[in-house]
Amino acid sequence: MQQPALGDLAEKPAGDVVVLDRVHMVYRDRPVFTSLSCGFVRGRISVILGGSGSGKTTILRLIGGLVRPESGAVLVDGQDISRLSALELKLMRRKLGMTFQGGSLLDSYSVFDNVALPLREQPGYGERQIADEVHAILKAVDVADADNLLPGELSGGMLRRVALARAIIRKPAVLLCDEPFSGLDPISIRRMATLLMDINRQFGITMIVVSHDIHSTMRMADHVLLLLGGRMVEGTPAELRQSGDAEAAEFFQDGLDRQPGRVR
Amino acid sequence: MANPVSKLGFRTLRFVEELGGMAAFAADVTRTVVAPPPRLASFSRELFKLGVLSLIIICVCGLTVGMVLGLQGHHTLVRYGATQSLGAVVGLSLIRELGPVITALLVAGRAGSATAAEIASMVTTQQLDGLRMLSIDPVSFVIKPKAMAMQIVTPLLTAMFICCGLYGGYLIGVGVLGGDAGSYMGSLKSAVDFRNDIACCLVKSVVFGFFLGLIATYRGYTSVATAEGVSAATTSSVVISSVTVLLADYVITALWGI
Repeated sequence: MQQPALGDLAEKPAGDVVVLDRVHMVYRDRPVFTSLSCGFVRGRISVILGGSGSGKTTILRLIGGLVRPESGAVLVDGQDISRLSALELKLMRRKLGMTFQGGSLLDSYSVFDNVALPLREQPGYGERQIADEVHAILKAVDVADADNLLPGELSGGMLRRVALARAIIRKPAVLLCDEPFSGLDPISIRRMATLLMDINRQFGITMIVVSHDIHSTMRMADHVLLLLGGRMVEGTPAELRQSGDAEAAEFFQDGLDRQPGRVR
Repeated sequence: MANPVSKLGFRTLRFVEELGGMAAFAADVTRTVVAPPPRLASFSRELFKLGVLSLIIICVCGLTVGMVLGLQGHHTLVRYGATQSLGAVVGLSLIRELGPVITALLVAGRAGSATAAEIASMVTTQQLDGLRMLSIDPVSFVIKPKAMAMQIVTPLLTAMFICCGLYGGYLIGVGVLGGDAGSYMGSLKSAVDFRNDIACCLVKSVVFGFFLGLIATYRGYTSVATAEGVSAATTSSVVISSVTVLLADYVITALWGI
């Protein structure tokens, strides 16, 4: 994989690159979090686990500035993203990449044009340079032959990889991945997890991944944040699995038992 | 008694809120129209989708409306021995009212609904959120080309509709019912005034184009991210556009002083 230069955030010394400080969030008059505080360490892979409706995706949307909290602060590299103006937010998002559960690729654009889009929107890129970078990144995520296809013609796994390519082509410092494994078969899950780990290792991108897949979480996560009915437990996967917190241990054990399609 | 009153109050507030939202959205779209990048490639794609692909339906409807006007006009005028004025009747009806209004209603039904549905499905599939996370303004990238194209195609389609309608009236009045071709064209030419008719028609179609573009894009952009939301956005876009066109038509006609 070609080694692109990273954004400013990745080159700074270790510490929490993203911090949620006493965040209070309400969805349709129902509180999702009340005073949620947590941090995501620079250069590490953090996985957010939790049941449906526990607010995992909301955390990613808060970090991306797609929703604003009722109160509290969402700090990205020390700046409260919920207080930025539209222009400041646009600039801040250049440091962030995000993949969505359904891919969120433009369905009328080819794979090539989707991945080229972030570069075309940035001044200073010629078509030749864009083509080189797009082909390099598509090759890196193993979808080099799909550049002329439309998103509707791709399999679920290919769609996720193309979305990943689009999210990282601008060399973000923080990558937010919303359910990158959902709907994939065990082999595709393993390939996707390996790909995310490779990207993290090679480029030092901080990754915050929302997942339901306990096996891939155990394999790839440096840090796990488990949301359990309004409270939060965090630690390494091994710590959480063996923790004295019965609910957390049960969540992990249930997840491991429920997934017979595990591929070693 | 308090219940109906509170309901009325709630609906009034919702209506005012919706108007405010639409005004802010219009200001945002206007800002992106004057700001770079111009997005000419997307704009020309939208011109084709909204304009060229609507041509057949506009021409067929224009021709049909003109033929009906020719037929009805001839049967009425013949009672007064004034069949030589058929061109004026058909022309004034089409240019003053039917041309801009029916074209706008057709554009709302075909292009407006398609625009609202396309944007709403982009909301549902998080394509607009995806653009936001790439630091791309969805209003500039998605909405601007569509709204601008709608603004441009509506007057052009209105002109096509009127031309086809005039030919339809001629076809029936002269070709089928045996009227005099010279009288048809002569009465048309002498009756149609530039300021009162052509300019008014142009203003109407430009205003209708603005509202059609704004309403279709706004309903799509603010839709709920579900399949039901796509359907609701499409339906409400057509309904609100149609009512707005008819209300605006009355206001412009009254203000124009005809």
